[in-house]
Amino acid sequence: METFDLLKRLTETPGPSGNEAAVAAVVEELWRPLVDETAIDRVGSLAATKRGAGPEPRPTILLAAHQDELGLMVTRIVDQHGQGFLRLTNLGGVDRRHLLGQTAVVHGREALTGVLGGLPDSLLPEKARGQAYSYDNLVLDVGLPTERLRELVSVGDFVSFRQPLRRLHNGRVTGKALDNRASLAAVTICLERLQGRRHTWDVVAVATVQEETAYIGAYTSGYAHQPDVAVAIDVAHAKGPGANDSELSELGGGPLLGMGAEIHPAVYNALRDAAKALEMSVGVEPNATGRGTDAYALQTARAGIPTGLMLIPLRYMHTMVETADLNDIERAGRLLAELIARLDDTFLPDLREELMRPDKRKDDSQ
Amino acid sequence: MNELLRQLTEATGVSGAEKEVRLLIRDLIADHVDEWSVDTMGNLLATRRGTGESDLRVMVDAHMDEVGLLVVEIEGNGMLKFVTVGGFDDRALLGKVVQVGPQKVTGVIGARAVHLLKSNEYSKVVKRDAMRIDIGAKNKDAAAGKVKVGDYAAFVTPYEESSAPGGRTAIGKAFDNRAGCAALIELLRGERYPFDLVAAFTVQEEVGLRGAEVAAYRVRPDAALVLECTPAFDLPNEKDVSPNVALGQGPSIYVMDARTMQDPRLVAHLTRTADAHAIPYQIRQPGGGGTNTGAIQRAAAGIPVATIAVPGRYAHTPTLMISLDDYDNVVRLADAALRGLTADIVRR
Amino acid sequence: MNDLIRSLVEAFGPSGFEDAVRDLIRPLVEPHADEVSVDAMGNLIVRKRAAGENPLKVMIAAHMDEIGVMATHVTAEGFLRFTNIGGVGPHTLLGGRVRFADGTLGVIGADRNDDRSAIHPLSKHFIDVGATSRDDCPVRVGDAAHFERPFVAQGHRLTAKSMDDRIGCVVAIEALRRLPATVPHDLYFVFSVQEEVGTRGAEAAANRILPDVGIALDVTLTGDVPEARSMSVRLGDGPAIKVRDSGMIAHTGLVRLMRQRAEEAGITHQMEVLDGGSTDARPMQVAGPGCAAGCISIPCRYVHTPSETVDARDVEGAVQLLVAVLSNPIEL
Repeated sequence: METFDLLKRLTETPGPSGNEAAVAAVVEELWRPLVDETAIDRVGSLAATKRGAGPEPRPTILLAAHQDELGLMVTRIVDQHGQGFLRLTNLGGVDRRHLLGQTAVVHGREALTGVLGGLPDSLLPEKARGQAYSYDNLVLDVGLPTERLRELVSVGDFVSFRQPLRRLHNGRVTGKALDNRASLAAVTICLERLQGRRHTWDVVAVATVQEETAYIGAYTSGYAHQPDVAVAIDVAHAKGPGANDSELSELGGGPLLGMGAEIHPAVYNALRDAAKALEMSVGVEPNATGRGTDAYALQTARAGIPTGLMLIPLRYMHTMVETADLNDIERAGRLLAELIARLDDTFLPDLREELMRPDKRKDDSQ
Repeated sequence: MNELLRQLTEATGVSGAEKEVRLLIRDLIADHVDEWSVDTMGNLLATRRGTGESDLRVMVDAHMDEVGLLVVEIEGNGMLKFVTVGGFDDRALLGKVVQVGPQKVTGVIGARAVHLLKSNEYSKVVKRDAMRIDIGAKNKDAAAGKVKVGDYAAFVTPYEESSAPGGRTAIGKAFDNRAGCAALIELLRGERYPFDLVAAFTVQEEVGLRGAEVAAYRVRPDAALVLECTPAFDLPNEKDVSPNVALGQGPSIYVMDARTMQDPRLVAHLTRTADAHAIPYQIRQPGGGGTNTGAIQRAAAGIPVATIAVPGRYAHTPTLMISLDDYDNVVRLADAALRGLTADIVRR
Repeated sequence: MNDLIRSLVEAFGPSGFEDAVRDLIRPLVEPHADEVSVDAMGNLIVRKRAAGENPLKVMIAAHMDEIGVMATHVTAEGFLRFTNIGGVGPHTLLGGRVRFADGTLGVIGADRNDDRSAIHPLSKHFIDVGATSRDDCPVRVGDAAHFERPFVAQGHRLTAKSMDDRIGCVVAIEALRRLPATVPHDLYFVFSVQEEVGTRGAEAAANRILPDVGIALDVTLTGDVPEARSMSVRLGDGPAIKVRDSGMIAHTGLVRLMRQRAEEAGITHQMEVLDGGSTDARPMQVAGPGCAAGCISIPCRYVHTPSETVDARDVEGAVQLLVAVLSNPIEL
């Protein structure tokens, strides 16, 4: 499938945190022909296993890309002269400044499309004027009388954003939920490339849940599968309007490799070496806290998992116009496949030595 | 001079890059333990077998990492842009010398000279976003030959002792928590305990108690003791308030912090032991902060834990001060408490 | 049920010091359990075995601990400065009373405040236990106290200092009493410790049990008082089935099942979306390979004040709903 079509399917399927079932179904359909088995676990993560060609017991590498996206949830149904309005709260780190005038779908007894609206400043409480709309002042209006609305919608129903994926110039695309369906697309590309390539390790690709809220799927998948190595795939901020910090990456300059406390240096090195073998230039993204992606949770599952992180540059993260470069996504998929194909018997013994190998000091040789 | 403290504090090991400290400690303990291993996060786990009198399994934790800086960008002019690793006050950074990366490249964090400031800038804090590390490189290429993005930087502070009458003190960096590491090494070098003691020299405490979490999961001890260095705020204060802990007043025993209610049975055991051996101690004022107990207590199916700490002034700056008497008493108290630890104290 | 509620809510049990509450609950649940144990952190774990083959492991958690205070300093004149155990608002303090584990009663005062409409931070409050100096003060730094307030029942409304979460413990105890002799699931009723300081006890218990399904029993806030927060939950409208709070999104299948059981049994209920707070369901959800987690909430006004108020009908409904969920098949 063309990468654009793949991404279109993935991004346009609604799946806010905690309500990922529809995305899991799409991912399962995409991955099932490429793997030996698939399963959905107790918290909703989809795991696809592709067995390696090595002798048993085979080591396992786990790829984790979260399938949840940002969304909203109904907190109250408010009546105004017989017309019903929905008050909302956020699911994940929604950027409220972008909400006014968007369309969104509330998933009640049936899916209803509505408009996210608010009163003009002149009619808002004084404190709210000139401020980004808060959830106290925003409504989702599906245009139904209260009585009918109450039959169809309940407190706790989730709301997803609507935005078709569109092409921009230069192979760039824009839409919602590229965080993190871009990574799911990259994993799909990786699995496709592994069809024609020998790999000795088992591969478990997981579409995790509730990363945006609490890394739930990464914690539980790391525990359940106990992989020998894990790589999380997620997005990173790219340079763009209002974001020109010198350390940010360029769109099209990816993928990036995460560095920092949550990353095992041997896994980082393996990713870097795989990129070298492909003559692919990759950026780096240092992180002082380790927080922010599934890698954070994977690293400390059970007695610890050697973890790596690959990132796809993205503009306007957590909005309905997230923008990515298709080349970055395809390259990320190729790099993952290369990494996996290169894993052999020597990798784990070498990885275990890495943490006790003295750093080479230049002045040692002088 | 306490050579253990000197060697340990002068080594660098910012959270996530503890290798130098790990290798040093391995060399310091190898002859005194029955086995050691390193897990995937870099925790050094060492077992000193017991005499066989007790079937308990006890873990003693001391984190190896220290706060520091992480290079995120080499700018065109050769300056290094950085973020902080662990908790910092911006005011602690200016005018400091650092070592960057495994090559230990020397750099400084400077700022515009005071002569060039406007009068309204004298008490203005320079924000860390505006600071850079200067290693003297002319441009980006020159700098990139010496350091790379992702390198960690640590402060440079030589260890010194003072034995002025009435106060044996030491100054240096990273007493938080090389003081705990040194104390744990001393325990490993002493007489065997009645039970197997697992020493956990852990990583990544300063970025969220991450190493201790997996170490405790692997070890699953019947009880655990954390050795720490706790910030002491015992400076002159005219109000009638307790300092949280005070230098020279003995090991500080935790009751409650932001991460843990310490196990009351172990806290009582510590105070009883101190009284019985005439070791001075102080109850750390309950409140904020947190140690690896926060991760250990909840690991696996729950583990009884307590913390003994060396009070250290000026924590999370390049120069801390501890009392060497406090340090010695932490070793004595930990040793005595472990020798007196019996199953009826920690099992239900 | 009011006698049970009174005995539990008036017991001493700030986070980390739950022994007295556990000692009260243990004899009440033992006759209904196959196994009772206390773990390293002090959680009371009550197991009721399943009748059938390959049962689901279901963990039900209600926390025993309550918010409180801990002495941090004794002044020269014998007053105590203190810090909070769990979420204690400074506006709930002045003129209140606290009791320490040894029975010592203290009155809370505050430093001089010239602006009567302003509230001092917690650090500018003190406790007066009647001491006159550091030497005759019976309280030491590190001693914990709970808020002192008797239980009151007025009609359906029940008011006390630690409804959060002794009322959840009551629901669990009542459900244990009412459950049929044989149940289709392996049930682990956990009376947990240290919830108020970060759901710590339930985390350790869940790591041991590794449940398939986790149900917390806890209080939730309401939106039914003057100028309340924007929230649909109302006192007296029945137990609330939690969809999410700030720490957890409940398993959608479990939420659906709870609604279905409530409707089948004709139990008045409501749906809950809470901004802020979380419950023991959060650590259960991520324990081990993960579990289907949810929460049955008891609506409660004035949470984390000494006058937490619930409605007896909601409590009864919560018991009925829990019994209906646990005694029927759980298909997710």
